[in-house]
Amino acid sequence: MSPVVKRKRDKFSIPSKYLLLILTCVCVALMAVTFLTDYSALPLNKLVGYVVVPFQSGVSRIGTWMSVRMDELGELRIILEENQELKQQIAELTVQNTQLQQDKYELNNLRELYKLDEQYSGYEKVGARIIARDSGNWFHAFTINKGTDDGLAVDMNVIAGGGLVGRIVAIGSNWAKVNAVINDDSNVSGMVLASSDILMVTGSLQLMEEGTIGFEQLIDSQNTVKVGDKVVTSNISDKYLPSILIGYISEINQDSNNITKSGKITPAVDFEHLEEVLVILKTKQQIED
Amino acid sequence: MYMKRNIILFFVILCGFVLQTTLFQALNFGGISPNILIIITVSYGFMYGKKYGMIVGFLCGFLMDIFYGNVLGFYALIYLYIGAANGVFHSIFFQEDIKLPLLLIFGSDFVYCFTCYVLLYLLRRRFDFLFYLKHIIFPEIVYTIFVTVFIYPCILVLNRTMDDVERGDHKVV
Repeated sequence: MSPVVKRKRDKFSIPSKYLLLILTCVCVALMAVTFLTDYSALPLNKLVGYVVVPFQSGVSRIGTWMSVRMDELGELRIILEENQELKQQIAELTVQNTQLQQDKYELNNLRELYKLDEQYSGYEKVGARIIARDSGNWFHAFTINKGTDDGLAVDMNVIAGGGLVGRIVAIGSNWAKVNAVINDDSNVSGMVLASSDILMVTGSLQLMEEGTIGFEQLIDSQNTVKVGDKVVTSNISDKYLPSILIGYISEINQDSNNITKSGKITPAVDFEHLEEVLVILKTKQQIED
Repeated sequence: MYMKRNIILFFVILCGFVLQTTLFQALNFGGISPNILIIITVSYGFMYGKKYGMIVGFLCGFLMDIFYGNVLGFYALIYLYIGAANGVFHSIFFQEDIKLPLLLIFGSDFVYCFTCYVLLYLLRRRFDFLFYLKHIIFPEIVYTIFVTVFIYPCILVLNRTMDDVERGDHKVV
């Protein structure tokens, strides 16, 4: 018989049913503590940060490298075919390009009038790299490689490629957990830029499959909101800074109550291939002070 | 006496967690990654009995709670009971048999996913169970089983070596 099966119990140990009871009580107590008080697991966060995060940084680099190599192999054949087509396209595009150059001057002038994109470039930002993703498949939070040591704090907004990614919800000294806006448990108060109508942007696992976020509670009695309108974070959100681009409306439906509307938003950020993000070093509360 | 084994166990859990959050997230299929921690919990549960399963489950869950849980102790509780339940099968465990581990990991992963669905999704009025079954639960189980085929023998060999080393220690003492 194998030694594993024949192992004897330790003499001094507690019976397993009591151990189960004790550990259950510990879990329930911890849950109660997190629910009822404002206790944040900061000392624990710091501790695991030193043990786990260095490994994660290293391995994630290897993992990314491997997946990139795998993609490369698969795509090589497609790329060769594409290459042919693209060469033809280049010829056509060169002609178009000259035309577009002229349009660009016009566009630049108009941009200066609007100055929409400039609104949040004034905030101080710090770049961070994603080193790990949520261990389960139910939520899509991720860990970045900067923490309190780099001046980050809970509730700071995270952006990438000019759009809103999410906000920091937990932090250690060298890592921070970011909850993405596409997450099923995420709700962001947004605003349609054109008409200033307030809506609620709610992430959903079902919509994540098709790469969109849902929105609801849009009161648009004048029917002014159209598909393609820009949605930004609203002024009344207490966690998110105002006027950060969330995405563009891709579908609007009238709710059955005939008062509100709901629909889908195509996010401005490509969440599938997110690797580096920018953290805005200001929270909403600080700005209001 | 069991110090060495406990240190190894600690590293196994750590490796499992690190791989699950990094390498396997990069190697996901359609956004689904395998659940390594459940493989570790289940394996230790039926290899060493209830008590070990409980402790391993608790540690795995707690690690998840600290990094990705909204409530501290939630995943720890689920994994704790999965570890304990698998400890019951300790008496019918044979090293040569791979069917039982696969079956247990299949069952445990389903229970885990189902609990997560009920507590994290159903209670927030997400009623479309079939969608989540098709898009999250089933792919995760299949991928986890697939990965088990490679990871389980490693855990088995590791534990067998540890047992041999410990038996050697006894002889000397």
